[in-house]
Amino acid sequence: MDLAVIPRNLHFLLGGLVLTLELAAISLLGGFLLGILMGLGRLSSRKWIYYPATLYINFFRSLPLILVIFWFYFMVPFIIGRPLGDFLSAIIAFIAFEAAYFAEIVRAGIQSIPQGQVMAGYSTGLGYYETMRNIVLPQALKNMVPPIVTQCVIIFQDTSLAYVIGLKEFLRRIYLVDSRELRSVELYLFAGFVYLVFCSIGTITSRRLEKRQIGR
Amino acid sequence: MLSYDFDWSVLWKHPYGRWMLEGIWTTITLSSLAFLIAVTLGLMVGVFRVLPNRITRLIGGSYVELIRNTPYLVQLFFWYFGLPSLLPQASEKWIYDHVPSLPYWTGVVCLGVYTASRVGEQIRAGMISIPTDQYQAAFSTGLTTYQTYRYVIIPYAIRIIIPPFTTEFLTCFKNSALTMTIGVLETTGASYLIDSYTWHGLETTTAASVVYIVITLCVVLLMAWVERRIHIPGMIARGR
Repeated sequence: MDLAVIPRNLHFLLGGLVLTLELAAISLLGGFLLGILMGLGRLSSRKWIYYPATLYINFFRSLPLILVIFWFYFMVPFIIGRPLGDFLSAIIAFIAFEAAYFAEIVRAGIQSIPQGQVMAGYSTGLGYYETMRNIVLPQALKNMVPPIVTQCVIIFQDTSLAYVIGLKEFLRRIYLVDSRELRSVELYLFAGFVYLVFCSIGTITSRRLEKRQIGR
Repeated sequence: MLSYDFDWSVLWKHPYGRWMLEGIWTTITLSSLAFLIAVTLGLMVGVFRVLPNRITRLIGGSYVELIRNTPYLVQLFFWYFGLPSLLPQASEKWIYDHVPSLPYWTGVVCLGVYTASRVGEQIRAGMISIPTDQYQAAFSTGLTTYQTYRYVIIPYAIRIIIPPFTTEFLTCFKNSALTMTIGVLETTGASYLIDSYTWHGLETTTAASVVYIVITLCVVLLMAWVERRIHIPGMIARGR
């Protein structure tokens, strides 16, 4: 064991951690917004909305994330005619992928709201958007918070997959330091520890929130 | 749009077609073996977590927390790059010399250990969801403990556990793609390799996607059929 390897490269590694956090934050936000749209689409009674949304969700849920990352890495440059760069193509892949999972969370959250609430909304003269925005979504969001926090933890872990397209996030930097210093055990234990700390905070928060809701 | 010449023949031209087929086979065997480990280990973890014993609960709980809160990729690298160097020099050398396809087996074990934490949680949830009335009813009709489990609890538990197990198997199946990072040529790895030889990433990535979607669909349909076959009238499948 030679733990000195970590302080020696700490600055470089922390830079990776910042990039990882950025990736996670942007994917979370984008994935969630797209996920709301897809989740609503999945509950739509209009067939031309329902089927594309369902197809989208099932398509992305049956692919490994690593393949989705490759997809955007290869496909997007081909469509727009110029390479996107690894950060942007990773972000797009994450948003597209996580949206499918968020959509299912949103769907479950909305379905947990009794039908009567929707009917009450309509009967007071509100339209679809007003009912959703003012009545259903605020209540549903509250139910969705624990699974969303869990999903945050998953996204944070998933960002490590950007490693495969060479993006210098935390894990990639660990790998780079390892290939120079040959200190695999120390470095990967350190990486595991860092992820563990961040994710445990998320997991514990999620569990607390869940307990509070059951107690309510 | 860039001009791009589609050449689908890279998928079956020699030797690429062979690589692709071998990749698919590797994905199937790797994820199946890993899932076998996951169920065995997960059963232990699940039982540990519901036993009325503080220590076993702590062990089971720590296992689940530790595995679930670190990315699979970090675990994979730790197993592959880190662990061998912890062994004595002689055995480290022996492993590198004598274990054929080391990345493959590292992938199997690591994926198994990882999936076990998720399977363990499902088993725990399944066990908790069986109402105690079931035990009481079985005992009061005069069944022994063995008979209670054999004829009442286990048939019940299996039906509760099939849907989450299907999900976990598919997660395991998809996660197997990550073993390409340590050099296992499974479906994604093979498609990436063919791309680096032919520069036809769109075709190979499409082919790999189709493989995953088709296998996922087959598993889902098969399990839906199994669920219908063994359905007990009146039992709510989701086990609430």
